[in-house]
Amino acid sequence: MAATQEEIVAGLAEIVNEIAGIPVEDVQLDKSFTDDLDVDSLSMVEVVVAAEERFDVKIPDEDVKNLKTVGDATDYIQKHQG
Amino acid sequence: MSKIKPSKGAPYARIMGVGGYRPTRVVPNEVILEKIDSSDEWIRSRSGIATRHWASDEETVAAMSIEASGKAIADAGITAEQIGAVVVSTVSHFQQTPAIATYIADQLGTDKAAAFDISAGCAGFGYGLTLAKGMVVEGSAEHVLVIGVERLSDLTDLEDRATAFLFGDGAGAVVVGPATEPAIGPTVWGSEGDKSDTIKQTVAWNDFRLGDVSKLPLDSKGDVKFPAITQEGQAVFRWAVFEMAKVAQNALDAAGITPDDLDVFIPHQANMRIIDSMVKTLKLPEHVTVARDIETTGNTSAASIPLAMERLLATGEAKSGDTALVIGFGAGLVYAATVVTLP
Repeated sequence: MAATQEEIVAGLAEIVNEIAGIPVEDVQLDKSFTDDLDVDSLSMVEVVVAAEERFDVKIPDEDVKNLKTVGDATDYIQKHQG
Repeated sequence: MSKIKPSKGAPYARIMGVGGYRPTRVVPNEVILEKIDSSDEWIRSRSGIATRHWASDEETVAAMSIEASGKAIADAGITAEQIGAVVVSTVSHFQQTPAIATYIADQLGTDKAAAFDISAGCAGFGYGLTLAKGMVVEGSAEHVLVIGVERLSDLTDLEDRATAFLFGDGAGAVVVGPATEPAIGPTVWGSEGDKSDTIKQTVAWNDFRLGDVSKLPLDSKGDVKFPAITQEGQAVFRWAVFEMAKVAQNALDAAGITPDDLDVFIPHQANMRIIDSMVKTLKLPEHVTVARDIETTGNTSAASIPLAMERLLATGEAKSGDTALVIGFGAGLVYAATVVTLP
């Protein structure tokens, strides 16, 4: 069953927490991965791969750069999840 | 039809000795920061690199190779005359003809050993090792010298903040010879040419020679930039960590080794973040010693694995007889992984 927006944000928060050590409550829709959450470009790749597995979605390299905020990633996953 | 006598090789092959050469000049991040807008903290956090070695004019591809090879030959306990073939892996020897391997073979004092260069980027050591093992077991050479050597400082764009800090120079060599039991496992290797654009030379030599300024990258002074190595960092990182972890696992499986049996992990020293993520993805146990030579050597492409191997043995972090997983991966994209017994 497709995940809801709320479930995706919660899932991303767990992933970002595990990879970058950011508190779960800081991960919100309007937050930028790089500017607000201090997720650098390489950690972003790890976040993306973990999100792919968790939400059964493919996020190709060329789309990763467009995922600036948690909201961008959430929208992308909602739209593309299998 | 006449009967052809078959060649006769050794039952198995092993790495008998290893040697390395690091250029005298140590280059700290502060020197890199003279040309790019970055910081020591940024470079260390993205790559784990604190210093690298850059070669002087005298520390040529040949000179560094001869130094490293002399040590490897001595470590193997053989003489140069016993070497039947010399394989040199490099992408930064700027004279393509003749192969530099022939000069090195002669200078080392081999007895007309077969000698040739290969181009397999950062997987070059694994490709060379695989060829060497084949020669020893097939019988075309009793001992093979495999050299990985680079002067990547010559192919570095010092104004590119994504790569200026990454590369280093050096040479590493091993002697592969006969063994009575398996000491080099099956190689898991391959290429993914559909990703050839992810790591490449910025400009082909021929385009550089033609000198059409409208098509060539220019530096901050407006001069045509010398060709350099460039890469798509995120794409390479993803491929290296997640796809290469599968290749590494396949090499373990092919050798019949579990992560618990492993003593040492020597991945190509591409980036500390790649190394750390690979260790995590492969779920390597705590007892496995991981080569992290990149901190003080930078990325030396084909030279990185033998250099890291030599250092681990020299410092006592690894010892002769240890079981090591080695994996190289890079421009091509190409990769090669195998399990070896350390010399």
